[in-house]
Amino acid sequence: MARNIHLKDPHREARVYSARTVVAVVVVLALLGVILVRYHSLQITEYEIYRTQSERNRVQLQPLPPKRGLIFDRNGVLLADNRPSYMLSIIREQVPDLDATLQHLQQLLPISDSDIANFRKKLQRRRPYEAVPLRFRLTEAEQARLAVNRFRLPGVVVDAQLLRYYPHGELFSHALGYVGRINEREVLELDESDYRGTFHVGKVGVEKYYEDILHGEVGYQNVETNAHGRVLRVLERHDPVPGANLVLNLDIRIQRAAAEALGDRRGAVVAIDPRTGGVLALVSTPGFDTNLFVNGISSKDYSALRDSLDVPLFNRAIQGVYPPGSTIKPFMGMAGLESGLITPEYTVPDPGWYSLPGDSHKYRDWILRIRGTGHAPRVNLHMAIAESCDTYFYDLARRLTIDRMYDYLRPFGFGERTGVDTTNERRGVLPSTRWKREAMAQPWYPGETISAGIGQGYMLTSPMQLAVATSVMASKGQRRTPRLVHSINGEPVVAPTEEPIVAPEEYWRAVYDGMLEVVHGKRGTAKALAKDIQYQMAGKTGTAQVIGIAQGSVYREEDVAERHRHHGLFIAFAPAEAPTIAVAIIVENGGGSSAASPIARKVIDTWLLGETADG
Amino acid sequence: MGDYVRQMPDQGSADLARRPSLASRLHIDVPLLLLLMVLTVFGLIVLYSGSDSDMGAVIRQARFFALAYAGMFLIAQVSLQRIMRWAPWLYLVGVILLVAVMFAGVGAKGAQRWLEVGGFRFQPSEILKLVLPLTLAWYLADRTLPPRLFHILVCLGILGIPAVLILKQPDLGTALLIAASGLFVLFMAGMGWRYILGAVVLAVASAWPMWMFVLKDYQKQRILTMLDPESDKLGAGWNIIQSKTAIGSGGWEGKGWMQGTQSHLDFLPESHTDFIIAVLSEEFGLRGVLLLMGIYLLILLRGFWIGVRASTSFGRMVAGSVTLTFFVYIFVNMGMVAGLLPVVGVPLPLVSAGGTSVVTLMAGFGILMAVSTQQPLVPR
Repeated sequence: MARNIHLKDPHREARVYSARTVVAVVVVLALLGVILVRYHSLQITEYEIYRTQSERNRVQLQPLPPKRGLIFDRNGVLLADNRPSYMLSIIREQVPDLDATLQHLQQLLPISDSDIANFRKKLQRRRPYEAVPLRFRLTEAEQARLAVNRFRLPGVVVDAQLLRYYPHGELFSHALGYVGRINEREVLELDESDYRGTFHVGKVGVEKYYEDILHGEVGYQNVETNAHGRVLRVLERHDPVPGANLVLNLDIRIQRAAAEALGDRRGAVVAIDPRTGGVLALVSTPGFDTNLFVNGISSKDYSALRDSLDVPLFNRAIQGVYPPGSTIKPFMGMAGLESGLITPEYTVPDPGWYSLPGDSHKYRDWILRIRGTGHAPRVNLHMAIAESCDTYFYDLARRLTIDRMYDYLRPFGFGERTGVDTTNERRGVLPSTRWKREAMAQPWYPGETISAGIGQGYMLTSPMQLAVATSVMASKGQRRTPRLVHSINGEPVVAPTEEPIVAPEEYWRAVYDGMLEVVHGKRGTAKALAKDIQYQMAGKTGTAQVIGIAQGSVYREEDVAERHRHHGLFIAFAPAEAPTIAVAIIVENGGGSSAASPIARKVIDTWLLGETADG
Repeated sequence: MGDYVRQMPDQGSADLARRPSLASRLHIDVPLLLLLMVLTVFGLIVLYSGSDSDMGAVIRQARFFALAYAGMFLIAQVSLQRIMRWAPWLYLVGVILLVAVMFAGVGAKGAQRWLEVGGFRFQPSEILKLVLPLTLAWYLADRTLPPRLFHILVCLGILGIPAVLILKQPDLGTALLIAASGLFVLFMAGMGWRYILGAVVLAVASAWPMWMFVLKDYQKQRILTMLDPESDKLGAGWNIIQSKTAIGSGGWEGKGWMQGTQSHLDFLPESHTDFIIAVLSEEFGLRGVLLLMGIYLLILLRGFWIGVRASTSFGRMVAGSVTLTFFVYIFVNMGMVAGLLPVVGVPLPLVSAGGTSVVTLMAGFGILMAVSTQQPLVPR
């Protein structure tokens, strides 16, 4: 165009400028339009989204965790308390540099690597602006150090919370269970909103079984906060509902008596009030300090507990299953009477051994080793129970057959869970031909019936089952589901009842007489207990083999390693005329029932004659 | 060499017959002044809220404005010829100062932008924001327009030296702003479309080497964050998410003055400086944004009008550049706060707290007023 004209042309320059101005104005308008469209879309189209986001920024819903219900024994002694404790948490959104903050915190107070690992795991699952706990149980010195450095640690908060404390941790370890920090699996199972602000949950035992009741209902408050998380004011508050308090049937006196009587031996004691089904004592030794678990047990403590040969974490009272040994005999007696195969007067010849027709195998009576002969030429039920005659019950078992044994023993609660209100109960085994076919894919052999008659072989019962069966015996057939909890917030808990065993009074009498003779008779297997006794106690001794004894050889206690000794068992109820307590005791590798029976005396003495509990 | 051909504007002859008004004798463009004053008042109202009812901040800003208005009036009195004569010398001083910054500058956060003389701190780059377009206009005023390629290249040289120096500080935002103000001069001078097109192609083509070799990590981060603020919610994305939330939650009506929760509860960063538009949007809603934009648009249109009516190409080019630069501030700031553009340190003109930009901008308007009121250039 004007390529070669180098003269200035003001008209043309003004014209060009005006044209350019038009272009500029158009561009400016267009770009302002773009901006306007953007603001319009933010402020009008997406208004709701941003308004909500701004509200969420401003208003924080803070959970108010409920106070966990307290647990008392039947005397009102506090067994599970809540104690205030300070914890350190971090609100991730308000921390400019998490790693630096963690490092800084580690300089201020001890924070273990596992604390940090736990914290980081939880961090993944938090909600925005949720405080994630990093350390629990801050000491006063640690709190002070944090307070001084607070201005340098945005997003770091120290909160008070109530923490479970078990004043009698070890004594009630297996009866109560414990709470612990909510783990990853539990996070998925628990109701997310119910457990906002709650960091602990019942892990085992009563604490777990009654979790819903103990936990309470979460409350919340709407608070206005600034970007630094500082609460400016509370807009709305909805108080939490504290968890219900539990009063247990457990009696700390009996619990203590049982634990002291067991001493450092491994074993279990379960005591039940046959009138109510209330569990008066549930002891499994060794126990452990449940307080260790409340805030995450250190791996050192845990491996010590886990690797101990005495398996302290194992609740022998409900998880341990043992052959009942001779303690099955009174129940077998009832089975014989009910089936009509025996009467109280019926007798069996007792040479000290028993063999099946056409079989040379000798089923020995325990008395053979001691006397070289049987209990008496002929033995009746009374003597068979009192002296724990094996031959009598070998014979009864053979005639009853295993499946009818099953039918008569089942109503006592053998072979099924008692339904006690705690966790991890095992069902044990009440053998039958069907059971063996299903469990082992094998036929039942007649010889197995013989040893089943004296509680050996496949049969396995937990101390809890044995206590329930004893309680059924004591109440003449009334069977109640055992209950650890007596009342919830003052409302009594009624133990559910099961189908009772209906049998004539004289049958019960006949078995009772035998069991009374065990303790009070001259030749009773637990006659040592009768010394200075102030009430009538019905009992039955038992011994459970830990290792098989070869035919013809003799079991000698001193020859066997401690852990291969027989388990000692004992069941009892008292007072015989109107029983208020039924107990089952096992002492692992106790050598024999004499290890178990004195414990029963101490437990029952405490219950019937004991002073009131002082805590 | 001065303008050797001068022509009186057609309509100007009628004006000449009349006695010049007081405003024109004082070299005041009344519509522009009124608009600026409305904007100033509006800005101070928003600032009071944005600074969390800190009256001190408002008073401090008002003082800057007083200084800036005084500067504007003073500059408006200077004749355009004198401004034109001074321009290259000021440019030289500016470049020397920029070099001085490189060696003796002070700064913060890894950037060296300030020069301290006798306890007084200032940014030499601010001087160039004004002086660069003046210098280019001075250079081009003597050439035939539209500029030929050679002149364009000379202009790019004049423009490039300070731009690179500022880029080195590093201050990408200012460098781009200064480069833009220079390019606007060329554009308004009528630089051929093919050059413009070529420049655009070149700019696009240089994007990759720019990204690879020129941009610092934090600058790349800003761009990435702008593209996807959610990627770094708690870090660099926080500002954008919070400012978008502030803007969006304002809706049409806004939450009301002093009622913005985002800014008053500290969620919004820089609520009284670069992000003040978010406060305005949150508290006054889209209505407030439209009002502000309306004021800005009128100022821009007035600026363009002054340019069109200017009698010299120097005046025209300067007026066009000042106006367009003012627009760039508006566009970049409003765009970045709303998440359209990367976050660069560009204030919302005449609203954001801060003295430097107010003084520089008002000085620009002083030149505009000079252009506007010094129409009758033919000696009477």
